[in-house]
Amino acid sequence: MTTTQIPVAEGLFTWPPDESTPLRLIGSECTGCGLVSFPAASDCVRCASTESKERLLAERGTLWTYTTQDFRPPSPPYDGPEAFEPYAVGYIELPGELLVEARLTEPDPDKLRIGQEMRLTLVPYTVRDDGTEVVTFAFAPAEEEAS
Amino acid sequence: MTEAVIIGVGLHPFGRFTGKTALDMGADAVRLALADAGVNWPQIQGGYIGSYEVANPDAIVARLGLTGVPLRGVFNGCATAGTSVALAARAIETGEHDLTIAIGLDKHPRGAFAADPSVAGIPSWYGQTGLFLTTHFFGMKINRYMHDHGISHETLARVAAKNFGNAARNEKAWRRTPLSVEEILASPVLNYPLRQYMYCGPDEGAAALVLCRADQAHKYTGKPVRIRSTALRSRRLGAFEVQSPSFPVGEVVASPTVDASREAYERAGIGPEDVDVAQLQDTDAGSEVIHMAENGLCKDGEQERLIAEGATEIGGRLPVNTDGGLLGNGEPIGASGLRQIHEIVLQLRGTAGDRQIPGTPRVGYTHLYGAPGVSAVTILST
Ligand SMILES: [Zn+2]
Repeated sequence: MTTTQIPVAEGLFTWPPDESTPLRLIGSECTGCGLVSFPAASDCVRCASTESKERLLAERGTLWTYTTQDFRPPSPPYDGPEAFEPYAVGYIELPGELLVEARLTEPDPDKLRIGQEMRLTLVPYTVRDDGTEVVTFAFAPAEEEAS
Repeated sequence: MTEAVIIGVGLHPFGRFTGKTALDMGADAVRLALADAGVNWPQIQGGYIGSYEVANPDAIVARLGLTGVPLRGVFNGCATAGTSVALAARAIETGEHDLTIAIGLDKHPRGAFAADPSVAGIPSWYGQTGLFLTTHFFGMKINRYMHDHGISHETLARVAAKNFGNAARNEKAWRRTPLSVEEILASPVLNYPLRQYMYCGPDEGAAALVLCRADQAHKYTGKPVRIRSTALRSRRLGAFEVQSPSFPVGEVVASPTVDASREAYERAGIGPEDVDVAQLQDTDAGSEVIHMAENGLCKDGEQERLIAEGATEIGGRLPVNTDGGLLGNGEPIGASGLRQIHEIVLQLRGTAGDRQIPGTPRVGYTHLYGAPGVSAVTILST
């Protein structure tokens, strides 16, 4: 049986990612002042322009800060599995673009470090009753590859 | 312009009160404040009442008397009480009323606040995937701050121990069991580096303040407390704020606390060096550390030494959260900032009992911070 995967939301990241369309977060860039937004936004919070164009964001950045989630968040809105596994979240600085909040693949705070290189990936963060995996974007430490 | 002064304060205990409604807690707080001021409800000419859980907090008039008083409901997140006291003061300053009241009341269910992200204008996936927790922001902000400014885990635990210790001296506080630094450091991590005993919890309670024109205060009290300034600011682009899926790259812009604080000092003609006692939003122990600097009370990084020296304890050079703060009292949102002012009024009157700070304090400072990046500051003096 093949597992079906669906993205948690349309328009959040390229889907399905493949060789011709690698995984990227889908942001936007204000056509008035160039402000980069994520998720994509038509209204600009800097210059009040209402026009923007799509911009695929960098797939690598550095960890600006992080924390852990060691208890199951209130449900709703959280729709992760009943059997809770702690996870980490952080802000990743995408140079020249923005700082984006995301789940991190490494849950152990002692294995995370402010300033470390991170790369974009996907995680199946929950499984629906029919077996469908729901995936969301996340960032993983990139050091293994860099060294 | 006429100046507003506080002539009466009333506080319903904060905690859990099964079977008692928020409106009834509010009515108790109002009656205490009226008695403290020596006035009757029919004398109140206008007021502002804040609550998160009660849709129509102005329904409190059915408990107090149907006098036709204009009572306006206000809500501004965790800055709600800062807003109600500012508006009550403004009504006096502009001459609209001579005698006003600010009331706050709330009754939150147990556990962390849960909501649909759409109420904050945030897409559903943010909540579904487990990012929509305000506690994440506090963990991430102090984690970065510790990295940048050399704050230790022990310092976070010392802040929490101080606030629980202060709450133990406060018969109206919720968490009144003192905890040691070791016990706090041994409690489970909830959001690294913040542990269970470093967080405040939502709870229940109410508070009220009676305000009047400064030139009429002598009719009611020999010890009016002056409202020297109030300021409220929301987040600017580039500030690192709660519930932000992203924020712009570049120089991090100052938080709304810094903006509100500067405006409040300037309007009051009072500087941070003049502050004798402060009540800062301690949603968690890290927030108190950061807010010391954001409110101008020390430089970034100085907290490590100041807290180790006991500077922020009762009896220290700059007592902070003498009544236990949010850690000791919990946070009924609508009432929280009025509880802070209640404590400052007691301290400036010299009637804070077991937790009275020594000397003759003249200037008190209160600060609120909350979602989605809003801060309120009130500066008070004798
Ligand atoms: Zn723009």
